[in-house]
Amino acid sequence: MVAPVVLVIGVIIGYPLVRGVFLSLTDANEANVERNIGVNHLPATYKFTGLDNYQAVLSDGVFWDRLGWTVVWTVGCVSLTFLIGLALANMLNRTLRGRTFYRLALILPWAIPAFISVFTWRMLYNEKNGILNKLLAGGGIDAVPWLNDPTWAKLSVIAVNVWLGVPFMLVALLGGLQSIPGELYEAAEMDGAGAWQRFRNITVPGLRAVSSTVILLSTIWTFNMFPVIFLLTRGGPGDATEILVTYAYRLSFLDSPRNFSESAAWGVLILVLLSVVAVVYRRALRKQGEVW
Amino acid sequence: MRRGIRGVTATALVAGLALAATACGGGDGGSGGNSGGELSGTVTFWDTSNDAEKATYRKLAEGFQKEHPKVHVNYVNVPFGDANAKFKNAAGGNSGAPDVMRTEVAWVADFANLGYLAPLDNTPALDKTDDYLPQAVGSTKFKGKTYAAPQVIDTLGLFYNKKLLKDAGVGVPKTFDELAKTAKKIKAKTGATALYLRGDDPYWFLPYLYGEGGDMVDARDKVVEIDDGAGVKAFQTIKGLVDSKAAVTDATDGQENQLKALKDGTVAMAVDGPWDIEGARAGKAFKDKANLGVAPVPAGSKAQGSPQGGWNLSVYAGSKNLQASYAFVKYMSSATVQQQTNEKLSLLPTRKSVYEVPAVKNNEMVRFFKPAVDGAVQRPWIAEGNSLFEPVKVQMNKVLTGSATPEQAAKATGDAYRKLLKDYK
Repeated sequence: MVAPVVLVIGVIIGYPLVRGVFLSLTDANEANVERNIGVNHLPATYKFTGLDNYQAVLSDGVFWDRLGWTVVWTVGCVSLTFLIGLALANMLNRTLRGRTFYRLALILPWAIPAFISVFTWRMLYNEKNGILNKLLAGGGIDAVPWLNDPTWAKLSVIAVNVWLGVPFMLVALLGGLQSIPGELYEAAEMDGAGAWQRFRNITVPGLRAVSSTVILLSTIWTFNMFPVIFLLTRGGPGDATEILVTYAYRLSFLDSPRNFSESAAWGVLILVLLSVVAVVYRRALRKQGEVW
Repeated sequence: MRRGIRGVTATALVAGLALAATACGGGDGGSGGNSGGELSGTVTFWDTSNDAEKATYRKLAEGFQKEHPKVHVNYVNVPFGDANAKFKNAAGGNSGAPDVMRTEVAWVADFANLGYLAPLDNTPALDKTDDYLPQAVGSTKFKGKTYAAPQVIDTLGLFYNKKLLKDAGVGVPKTFDELAKTAKKIKAKTGATALYLRGDDPYWFLPYLYGEGGDMVDARDKVVEIDDGAGVKAFQTIKGLVDSKAAVTDATDGQENQLKALKDGTVAMAVDGPWDIEGARAGKAFKDKANLGVAPVPAGSKAQGSPQGGWNLSVYAGSKNLQASYAFVKYMSSATVQQQTNEKLSLLPTRKSVYEVPAVKNNEMVRFFKPAVDGAVQRPWIAEGNSLFEPVKVQMNKVLTGSATPEQAAKATGDAYRKLLKDYK
């Protein structure tokens, strides 16, 4: 009975993964892999090089620079999205007029394809012709080099990613909030617990299962959030906003011949890093008595 | 010719999704070509011209059908910024590549090296080759074979707003030094910034580099040159222009921002190429078309030079309809089509005979750009030629935003080149 599952996993996940790992142990690039194109036949001439790629990547400052920023980016985005999502979910969990409208409006960023949102943001951010700077100019404030200054560019990409990520957090946490029985709050109120105490002692523990899952998911997504960085800044200015995945893309798509092997090595390293994070995170949760 | 360059254009999305997109793009529905002497089937043509140009190109391409009624030309406009990656994905994956593509001059050697292009020697695609300008032929050759037919040639020039310079009482600057000196006057008298400096596109770095007597690499002696003194000085020049407010710049969207600034008259000058002539003239600052002047790119401290660019037509090696593709290339690079391209878009022909046509000869833009092209600096036509740009882009961004010094930037670029070109010193 497990055969179909094994087969599907093998084809969809296993083969590309094994292939990627294999490529990372070779010196394959666009010029030496086998191809038949019309009259031209190119034989495969790449060879096995063992861990050379990994050694090259890990001994290069670029990897560690990019890792540093990727961690800042991930932690920044995830914590902000979580906090904003939590605040909004709490507000929307009460009965108020037009609740459906607010909920729908807040899910909107999620409904728009990410690349359209990002392009829109890019137009807003345009230093010379963008609306953001026009608004600031109206208030007598100098133009902000949103995407043209390393620090501003970092803040700008985080802002966009938070904007894109909040709806997911909101929906997930709202679901979590609604699964907390109202009687608990009533009982706590009878006992004289204030709003903060109720939040601290009922809401937070009640949300733990949901929040631990969404934080892990969000961490993995943000760590690998290619479209936001790539479409907004292409990793620039310079390489200020380049995260690990956009750099891996640069290796395998911008350089010529495309460097498949080194890019694969970056990919494997990213996978290893994320697996370690996931395992450590689960351990930590389990220690707190969480069943995951 | 390049405008958005890897980098810019917002449409970059396609590059990211290209693997998926190309699987269903293009289509090579060619049914064999040359059975009884008459060509038939479909020729898919990827055109990389910009928004102001593409309608003309589509018309020209479809004109081929008049000569060969059984051939269907499938015209596809692919934005320049995506075209390189999109073609590589399609060609490498053996699906969805076009039969013929309008290929940037630096891409030909790269694609040929990877086996993606069909050699054109002794095919009908190459016609009256003696008629081609010698410098236009340079980029079509790779390892002794010809992989493309030249279609358009260009270089960078200094576009200037005649009225603004006149109002400021300054002449057209001959050097970047002179430009910097007159910038204050321009600002004070007209409110416009002197220059828009493309800080997002490494191609625009080349005039500064050539101006200091430098180059990216010396392909003959296999030496990396960018990290010698000239490279450092070139980075200093762009930094100086921006810091002194003689120039404005951007790290993104430079193509759009530059053209808009020029069209609106918020900058007096911009370094640009013939491909933006039509676009610029559409702006309010050039309602009087004669207000747009073009001069040679200002010189640096040692020399004056701008890169030679242009577009070639190449045939995909895996094309199912090679005969029709060859004929299409012949047609698109013919004197007639080149003359029409010039009349409609002011783009520069690659055939000597076309320059003899009075209408072309008297075209104001040709009158300027032809001598400029004759004096333009040929780039190293090596397989990695196109990859030399990315490191420059990263470093010029860093210099302009102050996160690297010119010395660090030149060194980092040189290091990146040596990693890319393993046998270079």
